[in-house]
Amino acid sequence: MEKFLIFTVVGLTLSATYAVIASGLVLTYATTGIFNFSQGAIGMVAAFAYWQLRFDWGWPTPIALVVSLGLLAPAIGLAIDRGIMRGLRGTSEATRLVVSISLMVALIALANLVWEPGRSRPMSTFFEGSRVDLGITTITYHQAITIVVAVLIAAGLRFLLHNTRIGVSMRANVDDDALVLLNGAQPKRIAGISWAVGGFLAGVGGILIAPTLSLEAGSLSLLIINAYAAAIFGRLRSLPLTFVGAIVIGLTEGYLAGYLPGDNQYFAAFRPAATVVILFVALLLVPNPRLRSRAHLREYFPPPSRSGMVMLAVVVVVAGVVLATTLDTVSLITYGPVFSLGIVALSLVPLVGFAGQISLAQLSFAGIGALAVAHHGHDGSPLGLVLAVVLAAAVGTVVALPVMRLTGIYLALATAAFAVALDRWLFNLPDFSVGPVHVRLFGLGSVSVDPLRILGHEFDSPAALLMLSAVVFAAVSLLVAALRWSRFGRQLVAMRDSEAACATFGLNLMWPRVGVFALSAGIAGLGGALYAMQLGSVAPARFDLLNGLPIFILVVVGGAGLVGSALFAGGILYGVLPLTATLGPVIAKINSLFPGFTGVGLGRNPSGAVPVFSAAAGPLRNDPVVLASMGVAMAVCYVLRLAEVFGNWAFVVLLGVALVAAMVVARRRSSSGAQGPGQGAGAGPDPEDLEWVGVTEPFTPAHLARMEQVLDLQSVDLEGAELDPVGGRDA
Amino acid sequence: MLEARGISVRFGGHMALSDVSIDAPAGQVTGLIGPNGAGKTTLFNAITGLLTPSAGTVHIDGRDVTRLKLHRRARHGLARTFQQLELFTMLTVRENIRVAADIHHRWSPEPGDPGVLTEEIIDRVGLAAVAGERVTALPTGQGRLVELGRALACRPRILLLDEPASGQDETETERFGRLLVEVASSGTAVLLVEHDMSLVMEVCSNVHVLDLGQILAVGPPAEVQRNPVVLDAYLGTDTGGAP
Repeated sequence: MEKFLIFTVVGLTLSATYAVIASGLVLTYATTGIFNFSQGAIGMVAAFAYWQLRFDWGWPTPIALVVSLGLLAPAIGLAIDRGIMRGLRGTSEATRLVVSISLMVALIALANLVWEPGRSRPMSTFFEGSRVDLGITTITYHQAITIVVAVLIAAGLRFLLHNTRIGVSMRANVDDDALVLLNGAQPKRIAGISWAVGGFLAGVGGILIAPTLSLEAGSLSLLIINAYAAAIFGRLRSLPLTFVGAIVIGLTEGYLAGYLPGDNQYFAAFRPAATVVILFVALLLVPNPRLRSRAHLREYFPPPSRSGMVMLAVVVVVAGVVLATTLDTVSLITYGPVFSLGIVALSLVPLVGFAGQISLAQLSFAGIGALAVAHHGHDGSPLGLVLAVVLAAAVGTVVALPVMRLTGIYLALATAAFAVALDRWLFNLPDFSVGPVHVRLFGLGSVSVDPLRILGHEFDSPAALLMLSAVVFAAVSLLVAALRWSRFGRQLVAMRDSEAACATFGLNLMWPRVGVFALSAGIAGLGGALYAMQLGSVAPARFDLLNGLPIFILVVVGGAGLVGSALFAGGILYGVLPLTATLGPVIAKINSLFPGFTGVGLGRNPSGAVPVFSAAAGPLRNDPVVLASMGVAMAVCYVLRLAEVFGNWAFVVLLGVALVAAMVVARRRSSSGAQGPGQGAGAGPDPEDLEWVGVTEPFTPAHLARMEQVLDLQSVDLEGAELDPVGGRDA
Repeated sequence: MLEARGISVRFGGHMALSDVSIDAPAGQVTGLIGPNGAGKTTLFNAITGLLTPSAGTVHIDGRDVTRLKLHRRARHGLARTFQQLELFTMLTVRENIRVAADIHHRWSPEPGDPGVLTEEIIDRVGLAAVAGERVTALPTGQGRLVELGRALACRPRILLLDEPASGQDETETERFGRLLVEVASSGTAVLLVEHDMSLVMEVCSNVHVLDLGQILAVGPPAEVQRNPVVLDAYLGTDTGGAP
């Protein structure tokens, strides 16, 4: 009985912490419609700050608490609202999610920069060693404080939201901030307050839980996933149900810690994954969401052109040849994932970019591909590669079937839960049998992978494998482009805008959703198999959720609906960042901030970075003379490099110079050719200026549409806003 | 023929529709008018299956489709446009219509090439000049024609149009009226929600008046126009003016 009580108290203490963090999550979501993935990371930063002030610098506890909780945590919340979230209006859910995830990644990287990882940072609990005697059992002061704080926060939030004017406005804000504005409230101020309170609650949770764990940025930030599960109990709206969810999860964790046999490998591996399993199940119980409609997104991803795709495929293969023939073995291993994990990035293009669905589990599917090729690709059998695609697609289908009715944040959380369940639990299980099927995993360590052999040719060197990856990347790029041009591709793009409209044509939305998810998982499996071949031996840690997030972020930053975004993601993450990191440890540290901070800036240009580069290179693409000259110059540099006239750094610099010079020359030639008499700068009114339409050019329906867009006529329509279930802002 | 019987829809404490019944016979344009907030779009949503009514039944050609999902009802010949445009903004006018034609072609036993059908519809609704344009480049009036084109690409037996003429100028509305009559004369039941009273009076055989979630009156346009209850609740005393 005493053991039961002890673990009940442990569970309730965890529940209290999760409840505090989750209530902040619910508050910001319910008032701004943005799911804050970085809630745990804000708590983590507050905990680190508290440690710094209280334990490293020795400040008194109350002052350290006031600074870290009263000032820092709300300030982070406010800064996020002012600097980042306000720019996200009119963006897709994927974009909003990426910004939030990027923020988490950025805060983790920032914390690792300020507080070097790996160093021990002991943090004692409040009133360490003192206990309260409850008669039937005793609890520590820290546990008592945690539970009391959670109760006070619950009461405080209840009072705020129901008994204050600002609280009522906060509840109304998410429904329609235009209506809130018309009723005299200030939506921006309300959102700011919500983010500040959310930041404060994250800080409270972080400081309460940090002493019972090790002060480590990644794990502390990801602990939030337990709070997500609690928030899902409350459907991200109800604070009382969120507290109930927190109690269920906390107690489950407490009892599992006390009663799950620790000597059984299968059970021991389950304990850290129990919460995500609860989260996954809770998500399955979420009622069917409304069909997505009237997206009116700011993002625009044009279909790829055939000539552009051919050029991209050629560039990729040529780049593969150049890398394979100029890099030494160590560099080949370092930069090898550019194309193999680039394929994993490519898997997100149809899913996120075309269909508007979200998956945070792509690297997990890559892990399944790696396992398939490890166990079925002995002696380079191509069967391993085929099975990597088939098995990953099959698992993708199994995951998709129950969760595909979910969309947006719920789908993101379900896939994140699947990813964490895989890397915390399933990937760490010993081999097992289900009936006649024997399942082999990572064998509690790592598995070796044989290089591919096709028609007697073995891809047994890093150079050959990099070439192979480049060719496969080019082929899959063409496949993804062909998908976009196809009937199915148009349908996916249509569903992204309005599932409701597609359903009214007689489309059963389930199958396209499952189909694109399975296809995407299959592509990721292929990328994972090639990645595993390059590594020669793989362990589950290579495929965990945190490693997969930068890929997801960079694809969306590049422009999720563009094939080039996968090359952008692969090139930046596994090419540019490792390359510049060799310049010195300071740059390597700054590089670690890159994925997070680029994602955070996504709100400014939701269509991504690739169109910007593409526009810059437009004149060059259209100028065959300059293009050919650049090609010749680069070829000469390549030959000189092969002749070892200079090294790789000089080679990279010369290629860069050739590219920039060609772009500048092409632009000059383009602008001088385009400017006819009277069309130069200052020669007349800007034809793009709507005020001059009718004078500079005939008035057309396109101008009327632009005027409607400029005046935002459609979005001002308030008619039926409360009654029309299709017309909700999140619809 | 569409028959909706006793439809009631409740949003929390608000009764948006209360025991509403409406018929739309094949080969006719049936009007549904009412002030803003009367529940017209909610009724469309309940008929098409976009929301589940708390009571009532929907029959298409005598078959009860009340329990069917949205896409299943569509496969019984039900198509619609939306009050707030639901265009596929990443696609062109042609692609918007082609998506609908492709989807219809997949489940429908009717023969035909979706590509050919798309071009026919583009000509029929008068969008040939802008067929290659991205739909975001179109004004609202032409956007509504794209929605109509998509609905027609499903070869509907029942067509629900939610304020299709809003955003169109006078000439476009006249042309649109002729098109509606032509669509109905091919045997389609058209149910038209519209604020342009002259269009309603011109093309509709029968008009239902909805106010505060309840049917106020049903009858031929001229009769409804003279109905004192309607005049009081909706049109006002000045019958010459738009609502």
